[in-house]
Amino acid sequence: MPEIDVRLVDVTKRFGPDVIAVDRINLEVRDGEFFSLLGPSGCGKTTTLRMIGGFEEPTSGLIELQGQDVTWLPPYRRNVNTVFQNYALFPHLSIYENVAFGLRRRRVPDREIRNRVTEMLQLVELPGYEKRRPSQLSGGQAQRVALARALINRPAVLLLDEPLGALDLKLRKQMQVELKRIQQEVGITFIYVTHDQEEAMTMSDRIAVMSAGHYEQLGTPEELYERPTTRFVAGFLGVSNMLRATRLGEDGAYALVEVVGGSRVRVPRDRFDGRVEVEVGVRPEKIRMLASDAEVPAQLNRLPGRVAHASYMGVSTQYIVQVADQADLTVYEQNVERTVEGSIHRQGEAVTLAWMPEHTFVIRDAGAATGAEPD
Amino acid sequence: MNRTRHSMRRMLAPYVLLAPGLLWLIVFFVLPTIQMFLYSVSTGSVDFGYRLTWSFDAFTIIPKQFSRQFANSLIYGTLATIITFLISYPLAYFIAFRGGRYKNLVLFLVIAPFFTSFLIRTISWQIILGNNGPVIGLMHAVDIFRAVPENFTFMGEPVAVVSGLVYNFLPFMTLPLYVALERIDIRLIEAAQDLYAGPWRPRGWLYGAVGGAILGGFIGFGIDWDIPIFALVGAVLGTIILGVFVSESFLRVTFPLSLPGVFAGSLLTFIPALGDYVNATLLGSPKTQMIGNVIQARFLESNDYPIASALSIVLMVGIIVAVMLYARMLGTEDLSGGAML
Repeated sequence: MPEIDVRLVDVTKRFGPDVIAVDRINLEVRDGEFFSLLGPSGCGKTTTLRMIGGFEEPTSGLIELQGQDVTWLPPYRRNVNTVFQNYALFPHLSIYENVAFGLRRRRVPDREIRNRVTEMLQLVELPGYEKRRPSQLSGGQAQRVALARALINRPAVLLLDEPLGALDLKLRKQMQVELKRIQQEVGITFIYVTHDQEEAMTMSDRIAVMSAGHYEQLGTPEELYERPTTRFVAGFLGVSNMLRATRLGEDGAYALVEVVGGSRVRVPRDRFDGRVEVEVGVRPEKIRMLASDAEVPAQLNRLPGRVAHASYMGVSTQYIVQVADQADLTVYEQNVERTVEGSIHRQGEAVTLAWMPEHTFVIRDAGAATGAEPD
Repeated sequence: MNRTRHSMRRMLAPYVLLAPGLLWLIVFFVLPTIQMFLYSVSTGSVDFGYRLTWSFDAFTIIPKQFSRQFANSLIYGTLATIITFLISYPLAYFIAFRGGRYKNLVLFLVIAPFFTSFLIRTISWQIILGNNGPVIGLMHAVDIFRAVPENFTFMGEPVAVVSGLVYNFLPFMTLPLYVALERIDIRLIEAAQDLYAGPWRPRGWLYGAVGGAILGGFIGFGIDWDIPIFALVGAVLGTIILGVFVSESFLRVTFPLSLPGVFAGSLLTFIPALGDYVNATLLGSPKTQMIGNVIQARFLESNDYPIASALSIVLMVGIIVAVMLYARMLGTEDLSGGAML
């Protein structure tokens, strides 16, 4: 059992009587983990982070840091450091003094400060920048300095509040890799707040997907993507095809459900929680598109449909397939065999959609946070 | 053809735009200053006219005759600046960071006295500090041990002059400080706290006690009252203020970032306070005369233009030198922007 670095117990934050920013959150972040709080703006992720950092006090609940109750401790008494959204570098201090700020406050001897600043600037690949001012740095460099300024204190946990938000796409991708490298190198627990699902997926060990003050689902990127349990998570992480379904019966390890147009689809039985009316979903890239008269292996789920729209996207082609005049499914097909001649499947063509039952997920539906951790 | 006309216009545009200001400056500042200098090295009288004799007699008289008034100006000006700063900084800080939706209202209250004439406001201080006024009345009322002498008075004393200066120049200090503090990003303060900037103890106590004692002593000296008592009160207040209210994040982040406002505000207070004569005239006495009083009297009453001009020039040069030293002390490059305001 890995050690728990940060524990939130029933943490609630209200702003005024009507606004609940964070609603009874329970979280456990493990030692050395890259943990992300992912969600749209206003979901409470930043407020959660600010409570861990000590900038906001929870209305109720408990925050533990390495087993110690820090709920009411001010920021300067917590062994936690923050990388702020706009970096918040001190404009009147040199890069050296910015990075040394925390050590100076802790009365670390000058010689040690010098060594550690040099070492830290090397880690973030900015050696020789000691004498510059924050105004002389580019966005990416300022970002690295902010990281160095926080990491130099060797905190138990590093909090990052949308640290890459202000960078352009290319630099952001580069910094994602960089951040992950640095995190592995220093071995410090990172709690990362972002609204960018791709960013969270690339870097995180685990993600909590947040919405309206609570988290909808918590798990590894794979778990969240392959088996979203709420409609919100299914829609927020990537594209999902959702179908209303009625459970009919069982077929070995599978449950048999009826979806639109009367087609029957098999779903692993353990993904059900006993309800009859549910929604099932499947990711667009999991679906194989075959000619309507093609032979389909018996173990696959099947749906007949008609190609409504095809759009070429370079690496893949996106098809919109109409199923039983009722539902539109999105299908991604890798352009492995495609040439300039055009689409393999044409608009109006009748096709069969097929996918493995294991790729079907069941929505327990949005609403209250489940809080359950996937095993 | 067209193109050259266009580039000509472009070349001339800055000068055309500068012209009104430049003209104003030349007519109302440069020429009078030259004239003033010429008067200061002339001899004669209003009745028989002044002749340019290049005599520096007027300047040589100054240290002998007017050092007392110069000293008064310097002490009262400095005191007024320090006291307005001590009052304004917490006020500006409060408005900038805690003002909330009352920000504009409080700012309006700060400048509201300006709607009344400068003279009226100063004269009303005669009433406030007068022998039959509320301050002395209250002092006698609470003075159960009869420690305050029966003939105790503020009027004509330095404390009255400094009070008037402080009151009149307070907004000139508060507004630049407010502007500088208002611009500070709250997240910088959070970042400092995140990086272990906590309360400033125990050093704050020490610095507060020592600094407060020096400041209190100087105030006591300046207004010619009991220096040890002022030093003691200063030490106590300093310890409390620096130890309780001043945190390391304030010391290392907020205050340094507000320095442009400190610079601008103290200049806007110190320079006019140094040359002021209204407060000393209305609230002071012959012993509290400032250099402004002498200049005014020499120009308008005894028509002694050479002496008056020489005094003005000495004052002007003195201020310029002081400002340059001050700017050097606070680190100029970052501050000129704030000083322009």
